Amino acid sequence: MKEHAPQFRGVVSPHTLKSPRGRVIYWIVLVVVVVSFTAAFVFPLYWMITGALKTPEELAQIPPGFLPTSLDFGVYAEAWDQLNLGRFLGNTLLYAGGALLFTLAIDVTAAYALSKLRPVLGNLVLGLMLATLMIPPMVILLPAYLTVKDLPIFGWDLLNTPWAIWLPAAANGFYIFLLKRFFDSIPRELLEAAQIDGASAVRILWSIVLPVSRPIIGVVSILSVVTVWKDFVWPLLVLPDSENMSISVGIASLSAQMPQNVLIAALVIASLPAIIVFFVFQRSIMAGLTAGSLKG
Amino acid sequence: MTVKGSRRRTPGGFRRGVRRNLTAYGFLCGALICFAFFSWYPMVREILLSFQQTNFVDDPTWVGLDNFRTVIEDSAFVDAWLNTAAFTGLALVFGYVVPFVAAIVLNELRHAKAYLRFVVYLPVMLPPAVGVLLFKWFYDPGAGLFNQILDLAHIPALSWLDSADTALISLVIVSTWMNLGTGTLIYLAALQSIPGELYEAAELDGAGLFKRVWHVTIPQTKLILLVMLLLQIVATMQVFIEPYLLTGGGPENATLTVAYLMYQYAFNFGDFGAGGALGLMLMVVLMVFSAFYLRISRDNQS
Repeated sequence: MKEHAPQFRGVVSPHTLKSPRGRVIYWIVLVVVVVSFTAAFVFPLYWMITGALKTPEELAQIPPGFLPTSLDFGVYAEAWDQLNLGRFLGNTLLYAGGALLFTLAIDVTAAYALSKLRPVLGNLVLGLMLATLMIPPMVILLPAYLTVKDLPIFGWDLLNTPWAIWLPAAANGFYIFLLKRFFDSIPRELLEAAQIDGASAVRILWSIVLPVSRPIIGVVSILSVVTVWKDFVWPLLVLPDSENMSISVGIASLSAQMPQNVLIAALVIASLPAIIVFFVFQRSIMAGLTAGSLKG
Repeated sequence: MTVKGSRRRTPGGFRRGVRRNLTAYGFLCGALICFAFFSWYPMVREILLSFQQTNFVDDPTWVGLDNFRTVIEDSAFVDAWLNTAAFTGLALVFGYVVPFVAAIVLNELRHAKAYLRFVVYLPVMLPPAVGVLLFKWFYDPGAGLFNQILDLAHIPALSWLDSADTALISLVIVSTWMNLGTGTLIYLAALQSIPGELYEAAELDGAGLFKRVWHVTIPQTKLILLVMLLLQIVATMQVFIEPYLLTGGGPENATLTVAYLMYQYAFNFGDFGAGGALGLMLMVVLMVFSAFYLRISRDNQS
């Protein structure tokens, strides 16, 4: 996303903005927007973080206190132990990390083959992969679950194993589409020169294509990690054993039995990784968002 | 190239072609296996499933349209479709108009841009289960945040999730809060590509602020508005996690959605056939919107 130079021109005319009246209106609008956005999107998070620090009595108190009376972070430790959050976070990390590795290994090689090696029927294969984007995930939930429960041909039961997350995550037509579009823009001459020097297809992928494709690989990596991290329905179905639950499913399944402040502390802990990732990778995340919005 | 070289090109080229194809399919095999097992086969199986009875002990048996009959004769069937349509409609009213207006306003601001963009996208980053459980606490009829705020404004408390009148709209509010940032940032990116000269020309023609939005901004973003409309319909019609975690479909089926009913058939009643039939119906409806989407993006690519 490009930041605009000072000569940027929107709906509002620059002359209106310079007039005293225009300036006043601009600042009023700015303040209203900042306050309402903060109230709508930051305040709930503030309420969550401080809510966890309140005692059950304070939580039930009417009207509620804006600040908790004591700053005892013990409730976070309590949530960590009681809800087995370390285990759930570790599981989620394993699922997201594995999904990332499988997605990259499988989708990068596929996109490379479709873009640079151009095999017979390559366009048909690409078309069939893109066609899966038209199928909403919810409507094939049941057959996908049955497939994972009893894998055709092999007869394996993948329920409660990380494979049930990793392999379906790699079958992503959108990532292949993004990668292929990027690979298409790498000049042919570059690869042909390497080919004449006797480099194999693997070598060309590893030493030429991958290094220049870092930006798009970054985008795909973040999208794939965030997607697995946020997912709820699929892990709910395929990882039913409480030892193997992801953090979202774990918290949801234990939410009814927990004191409210402990549950809220757990929610804070579960949202921290997402918020930290967003802080660090803002650029790539937003680039991925706009890449996803308009294809072509 | 010499004559000798060009003569050798045909057989050598053929062998090279075979080798190139073998290499290519070697690179593709991982993806082909994953897609075959987890995308293509389940698509076919969805259709088979809805015409079969599956009990996991015997082989599946063909039952014709029995599953569809079971689903349609269920009194919850109409409720689920009406609720899903209402949820989608309400989610569009909020989730479609608000982000567009927000994007237009954000686009004009010259301060706090990075902060506002960050903040509006923050809920999108939270795991949906966390967002939903957070709002469950806010909706608490006793000391919940929302009733406290109403109380401050001297408005009588609402029962939010516990009343059939307000339950569905409560789900729409959570869903909108969690997803609004996506639309806002996408529209914002689209707005930034509108050439400033268009606004200048409109201004010279005497168009006021609202006319400039109507005659320049909206026509210039028509494509993305259409695409987002279709994507949002497809996304919100699959609503599941909100009713699953907040209301369990109640009270009095007021929040029972098609996707949730499908889940109930399979995992609460053990009837995968009926669930599959419902899923197939949902797929047919959603494919209509997907087909429109496909057509629009294809028309605009050529």
